[in-house]
Order: sequence, then structure tokens, then C-alpha cells
Amino acid sequence: MTGAGRVLSSFAALVYVLILAPIVVVVMLAFSADNFILFPPSGYSLRWFQQLAGHAPLQAALWLSVRIAAVVTLLSLAIGVPAALALAKGRFPGRDALTGFFVAPLLLPTLITGLALLLFFSPLKLTATLPGLVLGHMTVTVPFVIRMMATALSNLPDDIEAAAATLGATPWRVVRRVTLPLATPGLIACACLSFLLSFDETVISLFIAGPRASTLPVEMVRYVEGRTDPLIAALSVVLIVATLAVVLVVERLVGVARAVGK
Amino acid sequence: MTASRRLPLLLIPATLFLLVIYIWPSLGLFRNAFNEVGPTGAMVEALSLETWRATFHDSFTFELTLNSLWLSTVSTLIALCMAYPVSLFLFRTESRFRGLLAVVAIMPMLVSGVVRVFGWLAILGDRGLVNTTLQSLGLISTPLKLVFNWTGVTIGLAESIMPYMILALLAGFGRLDRTLEEAARSLGASPFRTFRRVTLPLSLPAIALAAGLGFVLSMSAYITPKLLGGGRVFVLATEIFEQATTNTNWPVAAVLAIYTLVLLLALLVVSNVVARRLQR
Repeated sequence: MTGAGRVLSSFAALVYVLILAPIVVVVMLAFSADNFILFPPSGYSLRWFQQLAGHAPLQAALWLSVRIAAVVTLLSLAIGVPAALALAKGRFPGRDALTGFFVAPLLLPTLITGLALLLFFSPLKLTATLPGLVLGHMTVTVPFVIRMMATALSNLPDDIEAAAATLGATPWRVVRRVTLPLATPGLIACACLSFLLSFDETVISLFIAGPRASTLPVEMVRYVEGRTDPLIAALSVVLIVATLAVVLVVERLVGVARAVGK
Repeated sequence: MTASRRLPLLLIPATLFLLVIYIWPSLGLFRNAFNEVGPTGAMVEALSLETWRATFHDSFTFELTLNSLWLSTVSTLIALCMAYPVSLFLFRTESRFRGLLAVVAIMPMLVSGVVRVFGWLAILGDRGLVNTTLQSLGLISTPLKLVFNWTGVTIGLAESIMPYMILALLAGFGRLDRTLEEAARSLGASPFRTFRRVTLPLSLPAIALAAGLGFVLSMSAYITPKLLGGGRVFVLATEIFEQATTNTNWPVAAVLAIYTLVLLLALLVVSNVVARRLQR
């Protein structure tokens, strides 16, 4: 018997249909001509995409989310990559404990992190501000960057670095000229995923966003709570296409299953 | 080498960041749980157990706990029944599309939670895919209530935790040896018997770990119960958010958060112990 077996394959196929169903339905609904959620739609049009193009609150939220995600990614790489380098290449006491310390925030539910940040930011007047949202998202992205880059860096072949060192390169030169170039695909993938994590972060944002500074997922939650028309479906299609593009880049560079595997 | 001795210095920015923006607020959350709410509704700095007493004297807390545990149990079981065949399939398949199939399997993880909730509204809503199909087939006359209740939340939650469970199962299938299954088959066991007596027992530790993860994720999920529950589904997660933002009763929110965390830790310990027992 080779392959996966017929019964198993059919089971898996069935589940795949279920996994894809919500996404397929959303895509079809985005082109609906109806005023509400009716599936299948009674007709097709691009009207919800036109609505989207003129919807100021969602656009403002989209722009805010993009800005936040960009800043979050840059800052997370700036403090996460050096830490990952130290954890992957250093041999010092307490390294394992520190690795655990850096990864721990990923284990705590964002619901609890969000609440803790709300209580912490309120007296500091950081809620509903760009710095507050950036710092809040970084509690998710910094541990993620450290974990992913530490894995990527420790998987690099040591002998090339050793060779460079033997040939007289200073340690920092080795890092700059050998280690980081070798790690570039991982670095780009890490930046992409960190951007997506921040862009998608909903729960922490719901806690610390306010009416003046509301990110896209927050604005979407409020919209879905208030009304049900296909506008969010149209927005979803835009987001799915953008996400798929990023995922394809990551898949090409490192393989998604490996990148997101915890 | 001097550099490797200086290497730990690179940890300083990240450590400082986590201490200030993560550890300190977490301790602050703990501290808040011992504050009180004054008669005006404003928080009063205190060091009392009054909020704890009030919270656990409230039968609603008990109800929320049961709701959360029940919802997580059912969602985890459903997700497990879907994740297991997919993981086993991905583990065994020799298809050249394996990578692509793996990406599709974990796709819900990559698509925003709000988008998926919207998809479920379109499938399960009064005029959604399921109801229109059943009505056009003449099987039902009035639409089934599938969203804005526990049914919708359970389905949505099961789907959202499934990709995490697929990854956990895949990681835990390491001990599953193809040759053992082939040996059972060649000794005359039927495929079903082989699965029940060989494959399933060998994958039990992976199942325990995946179930533990799924349970923890569904206990702390907020968006799905909130949106697919339509304000009619009350669990610990929705109550924590409500108390923190709408009621701004921070001590109660903090108490409930710590309580949820303790429940989660206990569950994680149990699932790890079970997984280790099964591994022997």
C-alpha cells in the first residue's frame, strides 16, 4: 500500500471542502448585487467594491493599520534579530531559560495581554494612540521574530562562518558578510509574517484602540456587529488577495508550514 | 573569542522591551485584581480580596465557566475529528502538491478572523448557503437558527482552532512508523483494525497535545464567540472584555483574567501529563 489510502484521502478531501467553504463563499458574496447577505446572491456586480472605495472610515483604518504594521515590523526586527543572533550563536549560561522567557508571551492568550496593556497604558495616556498600538502589537511580533530567526539562524551551516573566521574576518564582519546574507530569505519571510501578524491583530487592538485610532480589524468588527451587508466581503477579497501574495513570497523563501509551525 | 562573550549584550533591547511592555503590565494586571470598585464605580487602590469574594459568589461566574468549558470541549472534539484525517493524510501523502495542500490546510490561520466569521454568516445565516439549499430542496420550511447562538459559535470556533491542531498533530506523528502498519496488514489485519490497533494508539500522545492546544485556544478566543454569538453567547472571554471596556470594572476583569489563566494552566498540565503517560 502506497500513498495515503483511499478512505483517508476522501476524508481529507471532505475536510478541505469545509476549510475552503467560508473563503469561497466570502469571495462570491463580494460580487453580490444584493443589499444583504443572501447566498447564493441573486445577481452579481462590483457595487460593493465601489462602496469600499468611497468608505472613509475603513480607508482611514486601513491606512493606520498599514502604518502600524510597517513600524511594528521594523522595530521588531531591530530588537528581535540581535536577540535571535545571541540565542542562536552564543554559548552562555542561562541561554535556554532566556529562550523560554522570550517565547513565553506567545503562550499567553492575547485577551490577557490586551487587558494588561489597557490597564498599563490608560494612566500613561497611551491608549488609542499610534505608539500605544505599536507597542501593543510588538508584544506579539517581538517574541515571534526572536523564535523564528533563532531557528533560522541556528539551522545555518556553522562551517562557512568558521571558514570566514579562520581566514581572518572579525566576528562582526562574519555576522555582516556571512551570517546575515545567508539568513536573508528567512529575514524577509519573518518581516512579511510580522507585518501580517500586526496587520491582523484584533484582540489587543480592540482593548487599546479608541474611536480616534481604530485599526482595520477593529473597524471591521464594529461594522460586522452593526450591520450585515456584503461590504466586508468585498474588503475581505482585497485582504485575502494581499495575504495570499505575502504567503506566496514566504512559501517561496522558507515554506509556510515551517514558518508558522510553533 | 571576545565577540561571543559580548554576544549576550545583543539581548538587552529585547529583554528591556519585554520587561517594560510585557512583564510589568502583567504584574499590573495581577495588582489590579486586589483593587476595589468604589460606590461611584471608579477604581479604588486597595489590597483586598473583596472583588474575588464578590466574583466567586456570583453564580454567573459559575455559569460562564461551564459555558466556556463546554464550548471548548465540543469545539475541540469537532476540530480533532477534522484535523486528524487531514494531518494523517499530509503526513503520508507523496503527492508533489504536499506543500500546497499543507498551506491550504492551515489557511484559516492566515485569513483574518473577522473575514472567516463573515464567511460563516454567509453559510449559516437565515438566508445563507445551508438554509437556502435546504429550503430549495423542500427539507425545511423555516430557516434553521444556525448563527447568533451556540451552534454558530461552536462551528466557527472548531474551524479556527483546526489549523493549529493540524500542525500539532503533524509534529506529534513522528513516532508513527509506516512499517508497523504494513506489518499489521501483511499479518492479515483489515485496514480498520490496523487503524484501531496500530495507528490510533501510536498517535494518542499527538492527539492529547493537539486537544490540549485546541482547548486552550478556544477557551481564550474572543472574536468568534462575540461575532457569531451575536451578543447571546456568554463565555469567560466575552465577559472579561465586557467588564474591561464597557463597564470599565478593571478589578473584576483582572480577577476573571487570572481565573481563566489558572484554568488554562491546569488544562495544559493535564494534557501534557496525559500525553507523557500515553507515550510510555
